[in-house]
Amino acid sequence: MLAFPLLAALLCWRARTPGIASGATLASCIAVLVLAIDTAFAALRGGTVVGVEIAVAADALSALMLLLIAVVATGAAFFSRGYMQRMREGPARLWFYYLNFNLFVFSMLAVPLLVEPTLVWIFVELTTLCSAMLVGYENTREALEAAWKYVALSLMGAAIGLLGFLVLFAAMQAAGGGTYTWEGLVQAAPRMPPALIETAFLLVLVGFGTKVGLVPLHTWLPDAHSQAPSPVCAVLSGVETTVILYVILRMLPVLDAVPGVDLQLWTVSFGLLSVGVAAFLLIQVRDYKRMFAYSTVEHMGIILVAAGLGSAAANYSTVYQALTHTLTKSFCFYAAGAALLATGSRDILAQRGLIRRSPATGASLLIGGLAIAGAPPFAVFLSEFSIFRAGLAEGRYIAIGLLVLFIAIGFFAVMRHVNRMVFGAAAGAAEPFRLPASCAAVLVVAAALVIVSGLYLPPPLHELLQRAAARMAG
Amino acid sequence: MDPTLLLAVNALAGGLFLLCAFGIVTMRQVRGCLNLFIAQSLLLAASAFLLGAAFDSWHLVGVGIVNLIAKPFVIPWILRRMLHEEIYARREIDQAVNIPTSLLAALALVILGYFLTLPILEALDPASRLGNVAIGFAGLFLGAFTLAVRREAVPLLIGVLAMENGAFFAGIAMSRNLPFIVELAIASDGLILVFVVGVLTRMLHRRVGSTDVGALAALKEGEP
Repeated sequence: MLAFPLLAALLCWRARTPGIASGATLASCIAVLVLAIDTAFAALRGGTVVGVEIAVAADALSALMLLLIAVVATGAAFFSRGYMQRMREGPARLWFYYLNFNLFVFSMLAVPLLVEPTLVWIFVELTTLCSAMLVGYENTREALEAAWKYVALSLMGAAIGLLGFLVLFAAMQAAGGGTYTWEGLVQAAPRMPPALIETAFLLVLVGFGTKVGLVPLHTWLPDAHSQAPSPVCAVLSGVETTVILYVILRMLPVLDAVPGVDLQLWTVSFGLLSVGVAAFLLIQVRDYKRMFAYSTVEHMGIILVAAGLGSAAANYSTVYQALTHTLTKSFCFYAAGAALLATGSRDILAQRGLIRRSPATGASLLIGGLAIAGAPPFAVFLSEFSIFRAGLAEGRYIAIGLLVLFIAIGFFAVMRHVNRMVFGAAAGAAEPFRLPASCAAVLVVAAALVIVSGLYLPPPLHELLQRAAARMAG
Repeated sequence: MDPTLLLAVNALAGGLFLLCAFGIVTMRQVRGCLNLFIAQSLLLAASAFLLGAAFDSWHLVGVGIVNLIAKPFVIPWILRRMLHEEIYARREIDQAVNIPTSLLAALALVILGYFLTLPILEALDPASRLGNVAIGFAGLFLGAFTLAVRREAVPLLIGVLAMENGAFFAGIAMSRNLPFIVELAIASDGLILVFVVGVLTRMLHRRVGSTDVGALAALKEGEP
């Protein structure tokens, strides 16, 4: 599975022609998707799929992440075909784009597949390094600024996270050793000194929280996620943040197993802070890609709050929210990319009357906005509602009250902007605009996924979610 | 050799390590920063060798060798090749905070690091209760502080690398048996890091004309 993106990257590097590069990327993404589905079914049947003993393995939670990465990567690869050709940069650098794209997908796939925390750390760092070039790809002053901020802050976070994992290893040794894997950690956890595990978790939370975009350290996220080419945004915002958050989620069963450690307070308050700040920032954005980026900060906060609640129902809604966020947010960025192609501007006010100029783009932006903000028929609403229910069942009234308030603020902010963009008299020349065929196809498929997932969750997927949630309980 | 002597020398290395971290915060020239980073990495490797000898751990000696090759030699070599004029430009690099203030803040961070590590030290097994842990945490904080006050690309990169040095300095005392393959992978990760940031800095230099990343502030909310 890891071999495919690497092969594709090699091909891009050797061939250097855009046709081969995009074809190879697409082929490798589809191969990865097939394998991810296969892994998911295997995880359903047998529990854990072991690749290499104590190094590579996938349980239900990993399989879910793999599936999400594969779906978004395939969509983005397909979207790139039409999108990248219309952008300013000529085909000369297109192979470079696909090279980095493949390396990025490779490093992301490795994160849930590896079971050794320090190796996971290495690949988290690699995701930063491989995607930095993608963020700065457009090579404008703004894009480079965004890439720089992204790299500087993420690497700082990574160094903190590294110390966290080293402390975790020390805790493991203090507990008498064992194999240093996620599984081994959970087993050794009852014997670990609480002080060490608390320090380790806080370091990892702060370190990787930077890369997820949790609030005090979120400032790079809207920049990077707005300046990168749109298909890259879809991957970065839709799935990369979720994958990094997965590493934090992996720590939770370890914490649960240590007597006398209660870090739920930290996760819940960090999460709420992110949701709150993002909701208010959503009100005043002027750039629609930044709007969706802030919405990512908000959703990461929501997932963290759900994870912090700690009950079985809350665990289920955590992974459910991760799933719905990934599907919906990647769709939002495809729609945003289409809008950018249609109008050539990232400004919300320049988009007025989009639905008249390009009905497909306007309609997808509307669906995406409604879905990500959490309007009823869509899946995000269902997952947020399940968090709400789980929180009430736990009796965390204050946390849930604040969460609902912030989500509502975010909802109105997003709706107001989307409304201004999609409807109204068309600004400027209203010549009709045709989307590239591949972009339109991706929009239709992604929209179908978003709409269907709100109405019907296939039973195997439901079971995968349940098993993934069970893995979080340790 | 006598372990107590080795540990005493290790403590000396730790003190010098911290001194280098202070220097990286306040140095006025890029080249000085880089030289201090090299010195710091050498001290990290020395500490790994000393601890390896004191605890008879070949593993730590291996860590020392990897560090000795990657950090003081390969990384500066890459930087010099990619960003020659950046490093040898004889000019002062400005800081967001003036030097006396940043020294005081750095001092406060070291004290904070010391107090934060007290509960951790108690939880560790007695053989690991070394000055390394507190100094490593302090090194990490000082590196982060460097990131906060510096405004130029190369010193910022050195700040990141200094943070990693700090994490390792604590790590060699705490987690002595980390699989060797992991060490190797982390070291090669560091090389990729330097390479990518180097490429990015070059792109910035070409596009913007300077590497004063502190001056990049086009992206923010509110009125355009």
